[in-house]
Amino acid sequence: MADQPIAKDPEKEKRKIKSVSKMKEIMTTYYIEAKTARETGKKVAWITSGGPVEFLIAMDVIPVYPENHGAMVGASKMGVDLCEKAEEMGYSRDLCSYARSDIACSVTNGGPIGGLPKPDFLVCCNNICGTVLKWYEVAARYYNVPLFILDTPFIHTEMSEASRKYVIAQTYEYIDFLEKQCGKKMDFDRMHEVSKLAVQGLRLWQEVLDTAAHKPAPMTAFDAFFHLALIVTLRGTKIAVDYYKQLRDEMNQRITDGIAMVPNEKYRLLWDNLPVWYRTKWLSDKFASHNACLVGDTYTSAWSGVMDLIDEDNFIETGAVAYSSVYINVSLDIMLETLKKLIKKYDVDGLVMHSNRSCKPYSLGQYDLQKLVMKELKLPTLIIEADMVDARSFSESQIETRIDAFMETLKS
Amino acid sequence: MEALDKLKAVAQNPYAYASNLKQVTDKPVVGNFCSYTPEELIVAAGGIPFRLFGTKEDISMADAHLQAYCCSLVRGGLEDALKGNLSFLDGTVFPHTCDSIQRLSDIWRLNAGFPFHIDVVLPVKLNTESARIYMIDVLKTFRSDLESALHVSVTEEKIRQSVKLYNRLREILGEIYEMRCNDPDSISAADLYHVIKASMVMDRDELLELLTALRDDLKKNLKDSTLNKKKRIILSGGICNHPDIYTALEESGAEIIWDDLCTGTRCFEGEIAETVDPIEAIADRYMTRMVCPAKHLSATARGENLVRLVKERDASGVIFMFLKFCDPHAFDYPYLKKFLDDAGIPNILLEVEEQLPSDAQLKTRFETFVDMIR
Ligand code: SF4
Ligand code: SF4
Repeated sequence: MADQPIAKDPEKEKRKIKSVSKMKEIMTTYYIEAKTARETGKKVAWITSGGPVEFLIAMDVIPVYPENHGAMVGASKMGVDLCEKAEEMGYSRDLCSYARSDIACSVTNGGPIGGLPKPDFLVCCNNICGTVLKWYEVAARYYNVPLFILDTPFIHTEMSEASRKYVIAQTYEYIDFLEKQCGKKMDFDRMHEVSKLAVQGLRLWQEVLDTAAHKPAPMTAFDAFFHLALIVTLRGTKIAVDYYKQLRDEMNQRITDGIAMVPNEKYRLLWDNLPVWYRTKWLSDKFASHNACLVGDTYTSAWSGVMDLIDEDNFIETGAVAYSSVYINVSLDIMLETLKKLIKKYDVDGLVMHSNRSCKPYSLGQYDLQKLVMKELKLPTLIIEADMVDARSFSESQIETRIDAFMETLKS
Repeated sequence: MEALDKLKAVAQNPYAYASNLKQVTDKPVVGNFCSYTPEELIVAAGGIPFRLFGTKEDISMADAHLQAYCCSLVRGGLEDALKGNLSFLDGTVFPHTCDSIQRLSDIWRLNAGFPFHIDVVLPVKLNTESARIYMIDVLKTFRSDLESALHVSVTEEKIRQSVKLYNRLREILGEIYEMRCNDPDSISAADLYHVIKASMVMDRDELLELLTALRDDLKKNLKDSTLNKKKRIILSGGICNHPDIYTALEESGAEIIWDDLCTGTRCFEGEIAETVDPIEAIADRYMTRMVCPAKHLSATARGENLVRLVKERDASGVIFMFLKFCDPHAFDYPYLKKFLDDAGIPNILLEVEEQLPSDAQLKTRFETFVDMIR
């Protein structure tokens, strides 16, 4: 029996995204390169997901993303163990689980890839949260390496002129910092190339996401979570551009061929906040069992949502403004506007909000957003209390009951 | 000690104080949550900066806006606002600190309904020239925001006067702290806590009179510090709104003789230069004062500072005290602890939710801790 190949369900096979294997290949190569940087004489920098990576690429530095690593930890279900290790080291359970698991990986060389490569320096942009500032301070002490902070003031109403000046000034300081760390000058022609590739990558990524506006959707938000890795880690490279072209074409082909990710897609939903990495499959099956498809989300579009602000011929100055304006560096009112646009674009029947106890800047305020969405758009909403990496905060029975009840109201 | 009694009365019921004040003066009362509130400019605009500490009542209304994994200061502050307990406020100022306060600002603006709301998005790093320039810009914007909110003109002269007043207030608070550090019997820690608390909510002119009188009273009765045989402890953390812990600690044989608290030394440390542009001078105080953990000076600044404080103040232990769900403090705790451990300084952590642990529990923990100290 064991030797006989298991017959594959052709229906399921048809729906699998073919590009996935390519994506895995790219990520593996990327991590091998990062982990062997020492041997190849390249510098490694840790950088936050919202940080301006383009400058690193232009300087030939390998960027490493602890948050992407955190997502891998979550997806490989190693989160609880690592989080507990961090707690033993004195880090409170109430802290972001990306930070906790990453700190534990550093010390134990644990996790899915045996720890991240040691950084030569650190680049922290606080446009996503205040947590990264503290987390990178931890890393700066642990590895005893220089830390550059790109401080992007929070936008409550609109970006002030003072803030614009401040962020642009810091961008030049960032370049100085990199020149010092790398012992060479910035090649601005190369930087221009990289910026163009970055913007191109962002556009393509947005095109990929946009395909889910089609009914039925050729992909779901769960697929977007997975494919997001490249726009984060390899933004500004040709690899990312080529890959997203391939992925976009595949999605468009699926639309032509009438392939839906969720068979019998009947209800279209929007997801808010980070994924529940260790439960994406369960959640997607759960929603699919109700013929519901999560067609879009606020998280994966955060990277491309601001690309219109970028002028690739003046990346240094316009990029700084764009980086400051990302989805969670803005007030609830501005977030509401983005939410409304997404709700309209994907023509959804409901909003599912992940109240993620790890991520306060994303989650606090969700109750108000929920009320506003219900009031202004009369859209049904559901809140799920969980955590993106720490499975101890996930109560399956409770969440199942809530999803079932929510879907019943949608159906009625 | 009439002055002390008055200060205590204010601290024990700040809301009643503010409501009464509204009857007799038309000075606007301006709520805030943080020691990075540029109070000098509020006073220059004729206002009274009023520090908010959250509620000790049960949370019911704030639950509709904030998840349970949010610190009790943020939840309790919103609760008070929604319940109408803060109806004496004319407006609120939110300096940027942590992620929770940042979102509270939005929620507050959308729901609390006070006449004005100002965000002061200060830089997060305080160690570069561009951050300093940005800080000055932000303070200037704050000044004009106050002008339009309060319909006043905040002249340079008024700012200079306010800066002078603040320098006086901070100097006297510093003197009182020093006196208590040298002679812990001069004023009890719980009383000093009340003094500090009152100093964050009172009309600052009235405060100056009371503080001056208190300082003079205390000076008369100073004794030899060696008479106090209790262990000398430093309290480190964010806000402390629990006078009981001082008493519990005293009963366990120790004294808080100094602190590293947002509601403590961070209120009065650092003088503002009076000879240069006053707004730049206010910015420079923030750029040089020891940071709170939501701001960045260097990766090790707070640890080095704490160890230095212990030595400088001849203390023999540290109690960390911060609110549950407070990210900035929780992130710093392991490293601060390590710095202390490496320097052989005993320390314990007290994580506080809305309520303190029971008296008995607290005493047992403190007694064990005091025994650890040689
Ligand atoms: S999950 Fe939230 S708190 Fe954690 S690093 Fe990301 S943005 Fe920051
Ligand atoms: S106690 Fe901590 S989490 Fe709460 S408002 Fe203060 S800094 Fe923020």
